[in-house]
Amino acid sequence: MADGVPVLALKGVRHTYGQGDTATEVLHGIDLAVHPGEFTALIGPSGSGKSTLLNLIGLLEQPTHGEILIDGAPTATLDDNGRSALRNRALGFVFQFHHLLPAFSALENVLMPTLVNGGRAGAGSVAEAMALLEAVGLGDLHGRRPAQLSGGQQQRVAIARALASRPRLLLADEPTGNLDTHTADDIFALFRRINREQGLAFLVVTHDPRLAARCDRVVQLVDGNIVADHRQGQTP
Amino acid sequence: MPAAPRAPRLPYDWLLALRFLREGRAQTLLILLGITLGVGVIVFLTALIDGLQQNIIARTLGVQPHVTVSAPDDRVRAAWPRTDAGTPLLSQASPRAQRLRSIPGWQQTATGIAALPGVRDVAAIVSGPASAVRGQAERQVALLGVVPGEYQRIVPLDSYLVEGNLRLQAGEAAVGTELARELGLRVGDRLRLQTATRDDVFIVAGLFTVGVREADERWVFVPRRSAQTLLELEGGATHIQVTVDDIFAATQVAESIGDRYDVKSESWMQVNRQLMTGLRSQSASSSIIRFFVLVSVAFGIASVLAVSVAQKQREIGILRAMGTRRTMVLRVFLIQGGVLGVAGSLLGALAGTGLALLFANLALNPDGTPVVPVMITPSLFVTAVLTATVTGLVAAALPARRAARLDPVEAIRNG
Ligand SMILES: Nc1ncnc2c1ncn2[C@@H]1O[C@H](COP(=O)(O)OP(=O)(O)O)[C@@H](O)[C@H]1O
Ligand SMILES: [Mg+2]
Repeated sequence: MADGVPVLALKGVRHTYGQGDTATEVLHGIDLAVHPGEFTALIGPSGSGKSTLLNLIGLLEQPTHGEILIDGAPTATLDDNGRSALRNRALGFVFQFHHLLPAFSALENVLMPTLVNGGRAGAGSVAEAMALLEAVGLGDLHGRRPAQLSGGQQQRVAIARALASRPRLLLADEPTGNLDTHTADDIFALFRRINREQGLAFLVVTHDPRLAARCDRVVQLVDGNIVADHRQGQTP
Repeated sequence: MPAAPRAPRLPYDWLLALRFLREGRAQTLLILLGITLGVGVIVFLTALIDGLQQNIIARTLGVQPHVTVSAPDDRVRAAWPRTDAGTPLLSQASPRAQRLRSIPGWQQTATGIAALPGVRDVAAIVSGPASAVRGQAERQVALLGVVPGEYQRIVPLDSYLVEGNLRLQAGEAAVGTELARELGLRVGDRLRLQTATRDDVFIVAGLFTVGVREADERWVFVPRRSAQTLLELEGGATHIQVTVDDIFAATQVAESIGDRYDVKSESWMQVNRQLMTGLRSQSASSSIIRFFVLVSVAFGIASVLAVSVAQKQREIGILRAMGTRRTMVLRVFLIQGGVLGVAGSLLGALAGTGLALLFANLALNPDGTPVVPVMITPSLFVTAVLTATVTGLVAAALPARRAARLDPVEAIRNG
């Protein structure tokens, strides 16, 4: 599984918040490679830098030092347009809070990444978005606004949306953080299914040891350093 | 199975912009109302002032030629513009010159002027001061010797006819109704006209009401030949009156006449200097009002959009995380400003027009013309809408820039 070009490579990534006296380095030289199809959990205590790392990987922020490569291509020199395009094409995001657009239906939310790309959505992209909604079990509810959906359903819509631009890597920051255990298990099972069926790589921040145990690989972050990184047998 | 879902028809930026506007219904309606009121006030005010000004100009030009040509001044000719602080409305009909002089070679000059570009019609008249005497009563009048067929093309005297006719055959005169009233004259009565050296008796053949006091009180028309005799200007003409195609280009035509011939040549704008100054300052003050209304509309749009940007931080962050470019976010908010501008100004232009028309149709003079003349031109409409749209865009620029520069991480973290 570790063959070929990694979808994501971090080389000596450091990140500092603030300037001068208030400057604090929160990541102290992270080296990490994620390969296509790999399902990785990122665990660690609160404040260890997990979200910061995910935002850097998601090209929402630029690291103070070091390099981030997506599909083998360096990202440091890209301008906003280049970063936006890469974000749209190669990466999918799922956050703890679903962050759906309240003024749009579930289907329209799922279409958003396609619209960002092409400006307009054709019948083909609607069919694709419907297929995604059906894949997350919400085909019938495509016309509902986020406010008309339960927390678990909202998160499923967010997942369908993250998949809409056929990313190479899906980033999830505590995606089940505010869901009950049962719903969290469902969402996680959905992740694994997509991972299996589409060969999409996942990097999932989680606090839940039960969920971490169900990943291919667990990376542990403590105080801005990777202290453990081990692969484990896949549990069905 | 519910109906098959459809793709949104709009491109991304428009889809977002319109949906955001719809989502913030109360704010959107509020700002629309603000723009509608602002543009409505502007359109109404402009229609009123334009109408008033057009009415004043039309009345002025109803009894005046566009360009008046007379013999050059005795003294060395002064260059335009003269320091004349404004002459009375009908100065060409009440000559100031003490010594009446004929325009040398006026026939050729008149023919030449008629052939100039932009000139419509030309009439040569003889005018000077005289007294009108009937019984004991005597009035100072302005004697106007004209050839009716020719003069009619400059001043539509026929349309002012109240009684009798204005053919001005030999021995006939036409007088204003005010003068007739003061002297107790009726059609068919005899009227003695005196100048410093001569006098003659005419039959009043026609009465007219121009609607301008000075004309109705003082004008006396006689055949040109009779005026030449009375004023001792045999074969002469004191003025060549000219109409032009474009009344606002009258000064250029007047200047080109002055350049070509040795005459004094003044446009209606130069003759009515005071009036023009008044109109201009009226326009200027209405421009200032319009400017401030626009500025307050702009502030309204800007503040509402700024609130909207603050409320939508999260959504903007998520859109950015999905790969929306900064420039696209910018566009989403610019479009909102533009849409508010267009919609508000269309509504406002309609409201302002409606109000102006209501005003014009409600208060009518006895003859059916509006007391308050209004002028609504397509250009006023287009200008109002364009200006408000541009204002909307400009006003949206600042909030839109803020939205585009929003840090997506910050926006998402605040979830
Ligand atoms: N924008 C920021 N400015 C300053 N410090 C920050 C900022 N974001 C995060 N931090 C700090 O960086 C550290 C790592 O935070 P974070 O990446 O959110 O940790 P985690 O997601 O693992 O809980 C924390 O100490 C946090 O206070
Ligand atoms: Mg975190």
